Amino acid sequence: MKHFRHLAKPYILWSFLLIVIPLFMIVLYAFMGSGNAVLTFSFTLENLAKFIEPTYLSVFWKSIKLGVVTTAICLVFGYMLAYIISKMNERTQDMMILLVTVPMWINMLLRTYAWMNLLSDNGIVNSLLGLLGIEPIAMMYTDFSVIVGMVCNFLPFMIIPIHTSLHKMDKSLIEAAYDLGANRVQTFFKVIFKLSLPGVLNGIMMVFLMAISTFVIPKLLGGGQYVLIGNLIETQFVTVGDWNFGSAISLILAIIIILFMRVMKKIDPQEDKEG
Amino acid sequence: MKRKNGIFAKIYVGICFAFFYLPILVMMIFSFNDSKSLSNFTGFSLQWYEELFENYEVIQAVIVSVTIAILATVISTVLGTMTAIGLSKSRKFLRDYLLNVNNFPILNPEIVTAISVMLLFSSLRIPKGYVTMLLAHIMFCTPYVITSVYPKVKSLDPSLANAAMDLGATPVQALMKVIVPMIRQGIFAGALLAFTMSFDDFVISYFATGNGVKNISIVVYNMTKRMNPTINALSTIVITVIALVVFFVNIIPSIKKGRVKEQHV
Repeated sequence: MKHFRHLAKPYILWSFLLIVIPLFMIVLYAFMGSGNAVLTFSFTLENLAKFIEPTYLSVFWKSIKLGVVTTAICLVFGYMLAYIISKMNERTQDMMILLVTVPMWINMLLRTYAWMNLLSDNGIVNSLLGLLGIEPIAMMYTDFSVIVGMVCNFLPFMIIPIHTSLHKMDKSLIEAAYDLGANRVQTFFKVIFKLSLPGVLNGIMMVFLMAISTFVIPKLLGGGQYVLIGNLIETQFVTVGDWNFGSAISLILAIIIILFMRVMKKIDPQEDKEG
Repeated sequence: MKRKNGIFAKIYVGICFAFFYLPILVMMIFSFNDSKSLSNFTGFSLQWYEELFENYEVIQAVIVSVTIAILATVISTVLGTMTAIGLSKSRKFLRDYLLNVNNFPILNPEIVTAISVMLLFSSLRIPKGYVTMLLAHIMFCTPYVITSVYPKVKSLDPSLANAAMDLGATPVQALMKVIVPMIRQGIFAGALLAFTMSFDDFVISYFATGNGVKNISIVVYNMTKRMNPTINALSTIVITVIALVVFFVNIIPSIKKGRVKEQHV
């Protein structure tokens, strides 16, 4: 009915004001000379060029490196869990997936804070190690603590899409592979893994996206000296006050993510069929 | 043939769930500790909870978090549902445009969305505080409502509303008595998503607020600079509330479904 067409109108205006314009502001600020007045706009590439300085580039590489490591760990452990869950009976599967989902709904900040309790020098992990006669290890404020925090927070986002793919897979294809003489390893890599690829790619995309842009986890578990792209953006806005450089970094981050998603979509074999 | 999971698989599942839940559990247990220690449980006490409820800043933050979550949920659910219904009748160009714009807050990193709204408010010289935080929350909640309601609207028979109106219903009646009841599952799912997203949000609130207005996450973030067992107490309450809501919302339909299945068998 045409009557209802008007119902979308408020959101057209709303989304333009609060989604489109704000994103445009980032682009504007990224190309604007210093001084925060939009009216006296002067075009410059300085903000973007500043990013190539060695200090900032090293932050960038560190973020990418940690993102890749976190994604790889999540993929291996998440795939194993999703695979095991997909072999359980229907009722148990629902229960297990619910248990994986609940942490996703809980505040990330609080879950990260919980790890601070555990990993601190006088925390429970070190006191357990002490019982075994092992000297306390400084785990907080290292790559280790940051990666643990990221994996714990992002792992469910890997498990859910992979499980969805494995769950809706046609099980007779696996039987067919065995009947045709494939062994377990061949069946897994040539049939099961290939068929679950859309879920895998989806999981990789989500985890990597969150891992390279988070600033809470490195701040809490990595300490004030630990700087990733997210922290760099935060400091530009909160402490340094260089909004133009902050916008430039955000723009670069957004572009990297768009490119990354494009590449992932290209790899995805299902995308061609549906598109 | 389905191969059953072996003993190692079961142990592995156990370890994974321990990894998810143990840190939270430990934090909850130590919120009842009667000393400041994070590794020795010296005795049961409620002193951190008492301290929490005497803390004016925390009480304020709880009020801010709850009221913003409720307002943002109501507004974004209404706005999102209206949009989803309207979109299904709109021209293809407009529909594609809106669904694409809608994806930005979902796909963009939170921090990018956060600074984009901060730049908007600052450039327009709107003083940041409660209202800006609420606007930002509605901004990032509505897309989730639309994505959960729109598929339900699309699966409806397009002649339903016409039939209702042929039978004498006004467009408003057709909407409220026919369309909305049929998509209520999607609306409900969207509202739940909006509520928890808003209640748990840190990054966007952190950049969209000002003037001393803080929600729970911002207070926790400011308190983490020193270890403080009152955060454990606060976290325990917040996590329990969210976990119970999510658990019951998910468990009740699945129990019902299970019963129906058993009856059919």
